[in-house]
Amino acid sequence: MEIYGMAVVSVCYLVGMYAGTILARFLGLTGDVGGVGFGMLLLILVTTSRYWEEKIPAKTKRGVELVSALYIPIVVAMVARSDVVAALKGGWIALVTGAAATFLGLLMVPVLAGKAKIQEGRSAAHTRA
Amino acid sequence: MKEVILDKLLSGNGLVWGFAVVALTLWVGYLIGDVLLAKRIRGTAISLVLGLVLAYVGGVLAKGSQGLANIPAFSGLGLMGGAMLRDYAIVSTAYGAKFEELKKAGLIGLLSLLLGIVGSFVVGVVLAYAMGVRNPEDLTTIGAGTCTFIVGPVTGAAVKASSAAVTLSIAAGIVKAIVAILVTPLVAKRIGLTTPAAAMVFGGFIGSNTGVMGGLAATDPALVPYGAITATFYTGTGCLLCPSIGYMIVKAIFG
Repeated sequence: MEIYGMAVVSVCYLVGMYAGTILARFLGLTGDVGGVGFGMLLLILVTTSRYWEEKIPAKTKRGVELVSALYIPIVVAMVARSDVVAALKGGWIALVTGAAATFLGLLMVPVLAGKAKIQEGRSAAHTRA
Repeated sequence: MKEVILDKLLSGNGLVWGFAVVALTLWVGYLIGDVLLAKRIRGTAISLVLGLVLAYVGGVLAKGSQGLANIPAFSGLGLMGGAMLRDYAIVSTAYGAKFEELKKAGLIGLLSLLLGIVGSFVVGVVLAYAMGVRNPEDLTTIGAGTCTFIVGPVTGAAVKASSAAVTLSIAAGIVKAIVAILVTPLVAKRIGLTTPAAAMVFGGFIGSNTGVMGGLAATDPALVPYGAITATFYTGTGCLLCPSIGYMIVKAIFG
């Protein structure tokens, strides 16, 4: 059943959040650090296992796909409920600092992503050797 | 009488009505993107712009911090676009992502995360100083808000900044997210944002969940899990660094 697939995502999410909350406590913070990321790693581990590929019925897999198909609609809803008015009311300081940080981040992407490619080439060469 | 029934029907079935509202937004977005603009801009990107416009209209018509969801008839968007379903869906996007890709760019992703937080913080502090903010607590808070709109108020509370600075820091974080949503799809090809490794770097540099998720959704949904996985550590790490080391450095220089 599809709900089994949705539950697989639920369990990964909750376990990830638990790990993220523990990590946050350890660092002296409230909330969670990387909870979603841990959940994602767990889901990748579960769904790339041989057991998942051979034994899990297609309907269960479809349940996972159903949740991920909701991603874009959820992002649209997330944007529609964001506080755009507060952003504009923040005045020049908010506009300038927020926009400058984003543009700087975007400009930096090719600098580091280029490094990733070099690293990739090196590890490929390493494997060949 | 009829209006009252309709209003109750919509606000009482918020989530279900939310699905329809979002579907309509996406439909109009794709209509504009595919038909009017001949697929030059992704329909998703246009739907997100429409979403921002709706959020602005909602925020003006009804007072509150939840955009269109401030209006009772659209309150379901608050649940649909809230943190719970957002994070649940984000985890599911990892389905089909490749562990090898994550491992390959892991170190670079971590580096971009640290550089992204430090860079945003410095940009925020320096520009706020240039624009006349002098109090080190307020400078720290605005710098933190330039990371994300969650790091800002968390830092503000920790260093006891003025409430005006906290509000400003939230606004700066939202501006960052909005700019990322609007600009990322337009510049993606030029900055090489086409590979999983580049998406991980992007997630580390931008960091804001809303900005990274919206920006990548508008650019290429296949990149979403890679960007999300670094971005998910950003807010937490920012909350760790800004009120501690960040505040110490700002106080030493401007205090």
